[in-house]
Amino acid sequence: MTAVLAVVSQNVVNLTYVAAAILFVVGIRLLASPGTARAGNVLAAAGMVLAVVFTILLPEVSNYGLIAAGLAVGAVAGVVAARVVKMTAMPQMVAAFNGFGGGASVIVAFAEYRRLAPEPGALAGDVLGAALFSALVGAITFTGSTLAFAKLQEVMPGRPVTFPGQQLVNGTILVAALGVGIAAGVAEATVWISMLIVLALGLGVAFVLPIGGADMPVVIAFLNAFSGLSAVGAGFVLDNNALVIGGTLVGASGTLLTVLMSRAMNRSLGNVLFGAFGTVAAAPGEVAAGTDSKTHREVTAEDAAVMLAYASRVVIVPGYGLAVAQAQHSVRELADLLERRGVDVKYAIHPVAGRMPGHMNVLLAEANVPYPQLYDMEDINPEFPRTDVALVIGANDVTNPAARNTPDSPIYGMPILDVDRASNVVVLKRSMNPGFAGIENELYYNPRTAMLFGDAKASVEKLVAGVKAA
Amino acid sequence: MSAELIASITIFALAVFLGFELIARVPTLLHTPLMSGTNAISGIVLVGALLVSSFAESALEQTLAFVAIVLSTINVVGGFLVTDRMLEMFKRKPARPPE
Repeated sequence: MTAVLAVVSQNVVNLTYVAAAILFVVGIRLLASPGTARAGNVLAAAGMVLAVVFTILLPEVSNYGLIAAGLAVGAVAGVVAARVVKMTAMPQMVAAFNGFGGGASVIVAFAEYRRLAPEPGALAGDVLGAALFSALVGAITFTGSTLAFAKLQEVMPGRPVTFPGQQLVNGTILVAALGVGIAAGVAEATVWISMLIVLALGLGVAFVLPIGGADMPVVIAFLNAFSGLSAVGAGFVLDNNALVIGGTLVGASGTLLTVLMSRAMNRSLGNVLFGAFGTVAAAPGEVAAGTDSKTHREVTAEDAAVMLAYASRVVIVPGYGLAVAQAQHSVRELADLLERRGVDVKYAIHPVAGRMPGHMNVLLAEANVPYPQLYDMEDINPEFPRTDVALVIGANDVTNPAARNTPDSPIYGMPILDVDRASNVVVLKRSMNPGFAGIENELYYNPRTAMLFGDAKASVEKLVAGVKAA
Repeated sequence: MSAELIASITIFALAVFLGFELIARVPTLLHTPLMSGTNAISGIVLVGALLVSSFAESALEQTLAFVAIVLSTINVVGGFLVTDRMLEMFKRKPARPPE
């Protein structure tokens, strides 16, 4: 098909980009508030449709067969992915979408560079710089997201993968990438940008490899920012304001979210990204030495159920274990049962519980928990001293009092949920094994804490049966 | 520096501030939908992929353009849909279970 669909001037298209940008801004604004969020998402999507449709109507865009095929394949894949994904798998879904956006940016930057580079001096300095930036950032986003996906999907181990001299290897790749980038800027030959992309792909792998599962909320937010920035780069290359504005909004919001997540762990961004959390934690031997004399108390599901059934205030603290066991529906059932008995039930949500920002909120929403029952850390912490039972389901580090009490703990200073201030604590956990980070949780040796071992979903179901019988 | 570049930098700088202002105070509740919604917006690179396709002549160029369109379309369509699916679940009132 070579027939021109319609001829719309560049000026008209640029004006629709302004309209699209306004829709993005208003959409994000509405996304920030629960009552209007859904409308905000629809507005942002409308902005996207507007920008895409008018771009296709540009006179120079005429490869309709190719475009239609690409859009069709992408749309079908996107619809299927969005429909079938389980809410528990949302972190890896977001990671995958991020990676796709980054990958597309790399290709756009590469294709533009390749098209213009053979003519010496054809690329203005700023276009050149933007193309290289977009290729670099986009390629890191692509492989970084792919690896994050693999870790979250448990295609590969989620724990930090480290080896001796890792920092040196990573540093070498980075220096090589920058060197090749400069060469690509000076020599303007396709071979150089190709090398840059290969090195940046390696950099993305090297960057996510040493990062452990518990730090994933920071990484996912960070990659989100990066996918936006690579779109900005592509926007400068093509001198296209829709890309510049859309990409920048994503870059800014992703950066802010990244900072928020690091702060919720009381760690600098640099420490999360380059610290390999698992390796800075105390060696297993040291941990054992400190806890030999301590004992924990086990409880049967029946006893724990009675405790819950006759409590007046219960706070449920969900963590990644709840997501892994897919226990959200059972938890909702338990909470309903308790409420029908007149127990006041609240949920305490730590900002970095789970594997992406807001992970627990999504899971509980899926189980129809009304969101006014979900409390942020600052709001729920004053409630714990008045709480009869704090029910911790698959959450670990975010409840560890060592963050308050033990200055040499790797998590010292991290804001935590003060579950140890409740009258009773029931912890649902698979075993006494510390998490992959190897940090012992003092909470489990607290005399007020009772441990209920087993798969979170099975344990909650037993609690449900117990409460019914009580 | 060209006038276009200066205009683009101006837009970029203003958009940075706008982005920070827009989401400075977002409740934890909405962190995931906000992230996946903005993630879909970063699929705006689809516009770039469409423009690149207009110059695609050789088989390699056509393939690259096609892959870029597919990837960014997945990002856009999947991103907005999954965000909508999530937001649909957020409810204020409990749906009372049958007694």
